[in-house]
Amino acid sequence: MSITSRVKKVLTGNHATAYAVMQARVDVIPAYPITPQTTIVEKLDEFIENGLLDASMIRVESEHSAMAAAIGASAAGARTYTATSSHGLLYMYENLWWAANARLPIVATFVTRAIGPPWNIWSDHQDIFTLRDSGWILFMAKNAQEAYDLTLQAFKIAENPNIRLPVGIGYDGFYISHTSEPVEMLAQDEVDAFLPDKRSIKPLLDPSNPYTIGNLPEASFNFLIRKNMWGSMESSIDYIKKVGYEYYLLTGRNYGDLVDKYRCEDADTIFVSIGAMANEGMVAVDRLRSKGHKVGHMALRLLRPYPEDEVIDSIGNAERIIVMSRAVSMGKGGILFTDLIDVVYRNRLNVDVYDIVVGLAGVEVVDNDFIKVYNDVLDGIFDKRETIFLMGGKYV
Amino acid sequence: MSKVLYPVSKPGAGAVGKTSTWRWQRPVINLDKCTKCGLCWLYCPEPAFEINEEGYPVVKYDWCKGCGICYNECPVNAIEMVNEE
Repeated sequence: MSITSRVKKVLTGNHATAYAVMQARVDVIPAYPITPQTTIVEKLDEFIENGLLDASMIRVESEHSAMAAAIGASAAGARTYTATSSHGLLYMYENLWWAANARLPIVATFVTRAIGPPWNIWSDHQDIFTLRDSGWILFMAKNAQEAYDLTLQAFKIAENPNIRLPVGIGYDGFYISHTSEPVEMLAQDEVDAFLPDKRSIKPLLDPSNPYTIGNLPEASFNFLIRKNMWGSMESSIDYIKKVGYEYYLLTGRNYGDLVDKYRCEDADTIFVSIGAMANEGMVAVDRLRSKGHKVGHMALRLLRPYPEDEVIDSIGNAERIIVMSRAVSMGKGGILFTDLIDVVYRNRLNVDVYDIVVGLAGVEVVDNDFIKVYNDVLDGIFDKRETIFLMGGKYV
Repeated sequence: MSKVLYPVSKPGAGAVGKTSTWRWQRPVINLDKCTKCGLCWLYCPEPAFEINEEGYPVVKYDWCKGCGICYNECPVNAIEMVNEE
């Protein structure tokens, strides 16, 4: 049954994503299974078999081939989707960059999962951050509803003729991919009206006007390709906000804010985190607020392009920021921290920033971890120049 | 917003600029030996050969990289590779 009116269903993050992809009427899905992403493409296969989605599912022999097929399909003008995780993402890696430089509006879901060895299927954000510098627009959802909503918005953003960048939606493996929660879905006609006409996608491959893609140019052309991507990335922020606001008018769910601020207004201390653990951060804020502490939380919904203006606005007059990263740049620091510290320096913000790495390899992060770090920051036990590793409530 | 720059090009001579600067030897055709078979034109990996009105091959030295494939393929040894100065 296609969805003829708005409906709320209890769905896993993966199935919520699959519904959004179905409603976006994608044409081509090249896919290779990897935990914890697999149930997205399994569900899409089911939709195709049941006649709910008129798309080609290309069963490839590896993730590298999945993205290669996605590049071909998207270059031909097809609305193209795939999903992967962790080692699958790394196996896809070369072609993920290719898709970005070729300005192909592919949408992909990256269900975050730790990278081995040792073998591990639980969530951390190391895999999605390998795409940080590639030219993919990267979102991070913190629940199944956001996974659904951002997937629909992703197609609209990617296909804008002035942006034309691939868009990835990340969310935590298992915490979001495999747990169920109520998700409100739009009616099919609402989705059809929200998304652009698929036939408006400019094909790079056109038999009547043949071009080669990615041929050897002069080096300066490569330079300009990257510079041009930079410009599109920077200017995409306004359009991403516009699409988010349009979605807000449609659904009442606010995506015009690229930073999900929680009780930041008068806060002297602000936590920063992304994905599933942001929910724990907000619980911690409520608990600390109930004891009179002025704390807030900001969850970055958009990782690239970095929503610098909104981050500055969210920081406001805060005295300290505690950044909880679930991914680390080896030899440098928590990745959310290194992103933020650059904003603090360039804008000469007078604020102390603490670099905490948590939850690697799926080690549980709970509200108590946020509260413990907050108390220890107030007690002054940290050297601000250090990267602190907190595992299961203990510093390691 | 600025126009998107795509990494695409029309296939043809000069899409990468003049590739002749890579060359250290140039093919020189001895027209007295040439049988107009066209194999040099066919095997050239670049569009660096053209066939003139009389049917003889002509090297376009702006695009010739000096790879020597034509020299290797010529069945009557009509092509000589001459060192560039």
